[in-house]
Amino acid sequence: MAWTWFHRLGSPPYVYRLAQRLTPWFAWSAGIILIGATFDALVLAPPDYQQGEGYRMLFIHAPSAWMSTMVYTTMAIAAAVGLIWRIKVAHAVAASCATLGATFTAATLATGMLWGKPMWGAYWVWDPRLTFELVLLFLYLGYIGLRASFDDVQRADRASAVLAIVGVIDVPLIHYSVVWWNSLHQPASVMKLGTPSIAPVMLIPLLAMFLGCTLYFAALLLTRLRGEILRRERAATWIREVLAS
Amino acid sequence: MSALATAVLSPAAVSSPLDAARLVVARDLKLAFRNREQIVQPLAFFAIVITLFPLATTAELSRLREIAPGALWVAAFLAALLALEFLFRDDSQDGTLEQYALSGQSLTWLILAKTATHWLLTGVPLALVSPLAAGALGVPWEATPGILAGIALGSFALSLVGAIGAALTLGVKRGGVLLSVLVLPLAVPVLIFGARATQLAIAGQSYVAALELLAAMAVLGVTLAPLAAAAAVRISLE
Amino acid sequence: MSEHSLRAENLHLWRGERHVLRGLSLAVREGEFLQLTGLNGAGKTSLLRALCGLLHLEEGRIFWHGADVREDLPAFHQALIYVGHDPPLKADLTAHENLHFWVGVRLRLNAKQISAALKATGAEALSERPVRTLSAGQKRRVALAGLLLTSASIWLLDEPTTNLDSEGMKLVARLIDEHVKAGGIAIAAVHHELPVSAERLRRLELAA
Repeated sequence: MAWTWFHRLGSPPYVYRLAQRLTPWFAWSAGIILIGATFDALVLAPPDYQQGEGYRMLFIHAPSAWMSTMVYTTMAIAAAVGLIWRIKVAHAVAASCATLGATFTAATLATGMLWGKPMWGAYWVWDPRLTFELVLLFLYLGYIGLRASFDDVQRADRASAVLAIVGVIDVPLIHYSVVWWNSLHQPASVMKLGTPSIAPVMLIPLLAMFLGCTLYFAALLLTRLRGEILRRERAATWIREVLAS
Repeated sequence: MSALATAVLSPAAVSSPLDAARLVVARDLKLAFRNREQIVQPLAFFAIVITLFPLATTAELSRLREIAPGALWVAAFLAALLALEFLFRDDSQDGTLEQYALSGQSLTWLILAKTATHWLLTGVPLALVSPLAAGALGVPWEATPGILAGIALGSFALSLVGAIGAALTLGVKRGGVLLSVLVLPLAVPVLIFGARATQLAIAGQSYVAALELLAAMAVLGVTLAPLAAAAAVRISLE
Repeated sequence: MSEHSLRAENLHLWRGERHVLRGLSLAVREGEFLQLTGLNGAGKTSLLRALCGLLHLEEGRIFWHGADVREDLPAFHQALIYVGHDPPLKADLTAHENLHFWVGVRLRLNAKQISAALKATGAEALSERPVRTLSAGQKRRVALAGLLLTSASIWLLDEPTTNLDSEGMKLVARLIDEHVKAGGIAIAAVHHELPVSAERLRRLELAA
């Protein structure tokens, strides 16, 4: 039973309809949680004893950073599935992730710069974590550029899949760079064993932002995925039924 | 004559992987020496980029010495990128890569042989010339061993990692810039530790730890990069 | 000998959005030459490359001596030689060197064998000349010498008579004839009928 479900995930019409049904759920829940979380983060949560109001950048910066690597990992896994088992829908998922991931990465770098100026005194430092995050941006851009340079969709899919898989080594580098090297960056305060070292009144909006961003990403991904499937399958007959409904 | 066509493929007749690798290396070396642009162009480019630094910044040797590690590695990286264009281009165009893929030998192994030869032809000359370039930037001669070793190891790692990019961009028109974008993320660790090793060498301090890290990267590259490059080559043949 | 040695079942191949091979099946015995004809774009080259394993088949299987080739692709590759449109020769190497390197990756050769092969295709005078200086027809003859040297059972040839004069075409036909007579298999995509002896010749026309 579980196997047929998995098998159906390889079928573009099934995935299209599934995405169509799920998108509103993700979109609405993302909207509600993000609005709530933002209000909590900006208004309800108290100022930090060290940084004052400036620390609130954390509520965008940390979720963006988390998303940038999470999306890349998703993209790499989808690409690997598509490459190994030759499932076209998996390639469509990977393609849909790329621009979203690049945007999250750019947002991470930008919010990091805006936060870094008041906190460290500089917009940019070449510490390991920032450098590897910048490398991640280049990986995304390289992925998008490589896809764009082939007319043949199959070649574009497979070549970019190899790139995505090779680049996945950057993700652990980003996460563990603060552990392995002396870095200006704080070590992990949430994602570590033991209790988080951050006050609950700040932790809750932060976790809510994480959740909201993830749901937001899911909604966007499913929307882009539908567009991607339509583009790839435009010659197929099931498209006409879908567009008629 | 028909005896040739009917000769049974006895196990003795089939080439071993070592035989095949030796032939790949020999062929690439022979071709490079008959058409030397593959060796000369990257070296010339390296020299030009090095020259740009004193022209663009300062002629004072003491200040040039400070930027020397960065300048050497920027120039080496750019020269390596230029050299990477030669790695698969000809073989892809005349069908040699296709024959490798159909030879019954491991494509990964043959690509490793090609990449190693490529390094011998481009990375090693670069390493040999780098002390001269460093001298032009005010670096004391004592730093030569460190610089040589660093650039030799680093260019090897760059060749390995660059082979992946070169294989992915096979057949892409004007793929040079795309190649740079693809290789840069994978080359960043090499650049960081290579420049560090050079910096330590110039300062007269022990650079062994940084070299060991470079060597570790090269070893990791040797095991993984040819696999990815072979996958990319097969994709380009589809 | 009566068993079909190379068999393809229900091959489906897409190139981009074109469904190039639509459920094609073929079977070739040892001692047979399969001549592929068809207009440009019909899929002759794609079929040859799919048989090699270079192109991915959406559906279908290929059998060599009863075994699915995907189970041991290197062994299958050792048994076949594919020569595409343009012979895989390096312009800066001599004919002799080219053969030495090209076939040497597959088989251990000595100089005598290479010379004998070049003689067999009428290219012995070209042995020490850089391929750059050879005409297209001469390059083709050097490539045919390489074909002989590989001792492969299966010959997959894409337009082997390109650039050859009528003498050259007869040579190709003779080489194929002798190859299959000795128990080999040959499949060639051609534009003109090859004068191979009738009892060994089979035909397959691909429709666009």
